[in-house]
Amino acid sequence: MNWSDTLIQLQYDLGAPQELSWLVEGITFFVGAFVLANAALVLALLLIWITRKVVSRIQDRIGPNRLGPFGLFQTVADAVKLLSKEDIKPTTADTPSYLLAPVLSVMGVLMALAVLPIGAGLIGTDLNIGVLYLVALGSLGIMAALMAGWGSNNKYALLAGFRVVAQLLSYEIPMVLAMLAPVLLIGTMSMQGLVQAQSFFLGPVNLGVGWFVFLLPGAFLIYFIAALAEAEQTPFDLLEAESELIAGFHIEYSGMKFAMFFLAQFLNSFFLGAIAVTLFLGGWQGPFAGQIPLLGPIYFLAKTFLVYVVIQWIKGTFPRVRIDQMMGFAWKVLVPLVLALILAQMVILKLPLPLWINYLLVLAANLAVVATVLNIMGNYFQSEQIRSKRAFEPKSLIGTMQPVQSSSGD
Amino acid sequence: MLSQWGFVLVLSAIAVIIPVAAIVLGHFLGPRRPDPIKNETYESGVETFGDTWVQFRAQYYLIGLIFLIFDVEVIFLFPIAVAYQGLSFFSVIAAVTFVLILILGLFLEWRKGALEWD
Repeated sequence: MNWSDTLIQLQYDLGAPQELSWLVEGITFFVGAFVLANAALVLALLLIWITRKVVSRIQDRIGPNRLGPFGLFQTVADAVKLLSKEDIKPTTADTPSYLLAPVLSVMGVLMALAVLPIGAGLIGTDLNIGVLYLVALGSLGIMAALMAGWGSNNKYALLAGFRVVAQLLSYEIPMVLAMLAPVLLIGTMSMQGLVQAQSFFLGPVNLGVGWFVFLLPGAFLIYFIAALAEAEQTPFDLLEAESELIAGFHIEYSGMKFAMFFLAQFLNSFFLGAIAVTLFLGGWQGPFAGQIPLLGPIYFLAKTFLVYVVIQWIKGTFPRVRIDQMMGFAWKVLVPLVLALILAQMVILKLPLPLWINYLLVLAANLAVVATVLNIMGNYFQSEQIRSKRAFEPKSLIGTMQPVQSSSGD
Repeated sequence: MLSQWGFVLVLSAIAVIIPVAAIVLGHFLGPRRPDPIKNETYESGVETFGDTWVQFRAQYYLIGLIFLIFDVEVIFLFPIAVAYQGLSFFSVIAAVTFVLILILGLFLEWRKGALEWD
């Protein structure tokens, strides 16, 4: 039973006239969208708290712990503080794009809520092109960042805006192509359809562990890396490299306008994790989710928060990459690999063999991609480690007490 | 079918109203003490020097063009993926050729040096 059907039925039971069906539907949609959007705002406060707690534990600190239990109300206090800040607009700013940018960035993120399947009947609207809708929304955030960078009329903001566009555009291709892999496998773009396809029946009981990640680990890995870049998370957070660009494209924003960018960024990383859960980690599927409907949302939220914590863990431990390395990784590693993966999957699925052999071959191709990506990343981090060790080790001359041999004679 | 999109329409309206309301609220709740120096563009504490909107790297433009090509082709790939299970032999050949051309295009750009960032 869908939530909107239940709500419409409830209104007719309460005596709503049948001829006003458009109004009944409108009220239903408004209530649903209002609840969803406001739940997302509360969620953002929780997400910021989780980030601060996880990162501070990694850095051997306690993190916020004063306001409320475990410091939970710290982010609420921060939001109130931001509300009371002065709203500064630089005189040289390009007004329309400067003011539209924070609105657009929040809008692009909140609209993704429409197709996230939280439970069996709990999805905003089960569009038959759900995946494509999410792909389309991804571009709104890029627009917002570029508008903010351009509209601020600030050199740092503009540089950061260019970097955002280059980074987000480059990683959008592998991300979208990785999202294509599950669609290719079962032939639907509906989010609920994708979740339902990940059931696993043991006799009559649905264990709900037929997750696509077991069949398509390569596509999942590429999606996850690209989602890190799309969420502007740490290995790829060049656009807010504090030491180079101060704060990124939102330098000139203060008070609530800044808070909107902050909100959009945290919600975006959560939603990208939610899409990963839906496409690859079984969505709301889990043991006995079919029998007890309440378990569905619990599974979905538990998995998504787990992915979110992993993202924050990476944020706390990984060093930032250089821009040429980042662009090279997207175009020379991820895009060729994911294209090869899609091609292999297309060919394998049409081979005239038993289905389980086809699936085994798809799995083998995916494992080869995982091995390649991990190998390249391992080599990169090893060389970086050697380089940074060399930078910090004491000069060998100091140990030997030899006079410095000067080559030029001065 | 259309009523599915009604929800998206309502949600998009709410998604615009929320940030606008927050910004307007912040605008009226916060103090307002404008100051010509405060309203200057920030540039590490010194006076702004020269024009902001100057020439930028051509590399960004190239990346934008390559993205455009790939994104359009990806949009074509999604319908193919949805209909893939029912495709006939020749349609499959066409789809595979399509992806092959995409891969060849990527390697051509690689050979031409469009992916180098230096």
